Amino acid sequence: MKYVDEFRDPQLIANVSREIARLAGAGRHYRIMEVCGGHTHAIYRHGLKNLLPPNVELIHGPGCPVCVLPMGRVDDGLSIAQQRDVIMTAFGDMMRVPGTRGTPLEHKARGVDIRMVYSPLDALRIAQSTPEKHVVFFAIGFETTAPSTALTLARARALGIKNFSVFCNHVTIVPAIRAILDSPDMRLDAFVGPGHVSTVTGCRPYEFIARDYGKPVVISGFEPLDILESILMILRQLRSGEARVENQYRRIVPWEGNLPALQAIGEAFELRPYFEWRGLGFISQSALKVSSAFAAWDAEVQFEVPGIRVTDPKAAQCGEVLKGVLKPPQCKLFGKECNPEHPVGALMVSSEGACAAYYRYVHLSESVPA
Amino acid sequence: MCLAIPGQIVEFSTEQAGLAKVDVAGVKRNVNVSLLQDEGVACGDWVLIHVGFAMSKIEESQAKDQLRMLSALGEDEMAMDEIRGYSFAERE
Repeated sequence: MKYVDEFRDPQLIANVSREIARLAGAGRHYRIMEVCGGHTHAIYRHGLKNLLPPNVELIHGPGCPVCVLPMGRVDDGLSIAQQRDVIMTAFGDMMRVPGTRGTPLEHKARGVDIRMVYSPLDALRIAQSTPEKHVVFFAIGFETTAPSTALTLARARALGIKNFSVFCNHVTIVPAIRAILDSPDMRLDAFVGPGHVSTVTGCRPYEFIARDYGKPVVISGFEPLDILESILMILRQLRSGEARVENQYRRIVPWEGNLPALQAIGEAFELRPYFEWRGLGFISQSALKVSSAFAAWDAEVQFEVPGIRVTDPKAAQCGEVLKGVLKPPQCKLFGKECNPEHPVGALMVSSEGACAAYYRYVHLSESVPA
Repeated sequence: MCLAIPGQIVEFSTEQAGLAKVDVAGVKRNVNVSLLQDEGVACGDWVLIHVGFAMSKIEESQAKDQLRMLSALGEDEMAMDEIRGYSFAERE
């Protein structure tokens, strides 16, 4: 790409950083959760922690789709993949998430037909070109990717493609935030709201956080200045004793969200009564399943799914890190058995995972305190 | 996968409604634009693309900021791989 990183205006960043330090003052500790894995990644990549005073602490939230997928679901997907005449398709991130007996990539190496795709529409296209096989799309992601799966289902139905189905693991962000707010060890002061998820959901779904829990939420973009400005907006609210939803990412996020996307989600999916999240346990109405109108394209209807619960490797403390109780390097496996080349826990897999981001950008720099 | 890649619409498909050719830093791929039907999109518009779907319309200056951001994050190659990877287009 021909673009260079001229957007980091040191003067502007220094000004915002100074203003944050001034507003944060002393004598109070601020704990702010960035919900989205994309923010976690940008925060580490740009070393934004170094620009914040020590009493403003960023805590990494559950907003990385592969990180919150429990191992049992990976195993379920792989058991479908191992059936006769099945081609399993998945996004690249998903290929490296460990199941009990290895990752999808390792299964592929053992001869299981698992293919990486960049879009669910590619999975549908494979189904069209291989009518003798059944193509399953291993769907993951929050509201950013759910509309694409929904529209792919609608297209499969419209074209009458019968050898295609979706193994649905789409999750929704709001119930996860609620679960965190309701957890007994909850000590957060505010949230940096997800940017790209909110292009679909809009800002309204976060209003309960401000109204019922009295915590500010600022929907943020992904540039260093976006994130710093969002933190500043949060501090202003906290200092004046306010709690509301603000939209720092107005240039991308409409307050009402993307209505056709929400409609597509509403038609193709139903809420599951409950779904297990890695580290957070079962959360009610927190995930989507393929709706009964699309049962013919629902892999969980078309195939036997074992549905066995698998406990994570005991030593990997993904759950504690996801809840913000532990920092990545406080996990016993961090940087040793568990590293980006050989991830043991899911948080080390995706670049949006807190551990992978920490490993890549902080681990090597001794100057940054854990 | 939550990465958003900006591109400029250069042409609409005559064969499939809701499909448009989008230019991302010189690489042209078909992208589904049906989620932006309410806002309406035209040739020359900039959009943010997630997994083959345009999810939001953006200003050109914002698109360029976003491209710079990907570049600064060292994720431009990953983004380009993703764009090159879409194979649901009939042809490039």
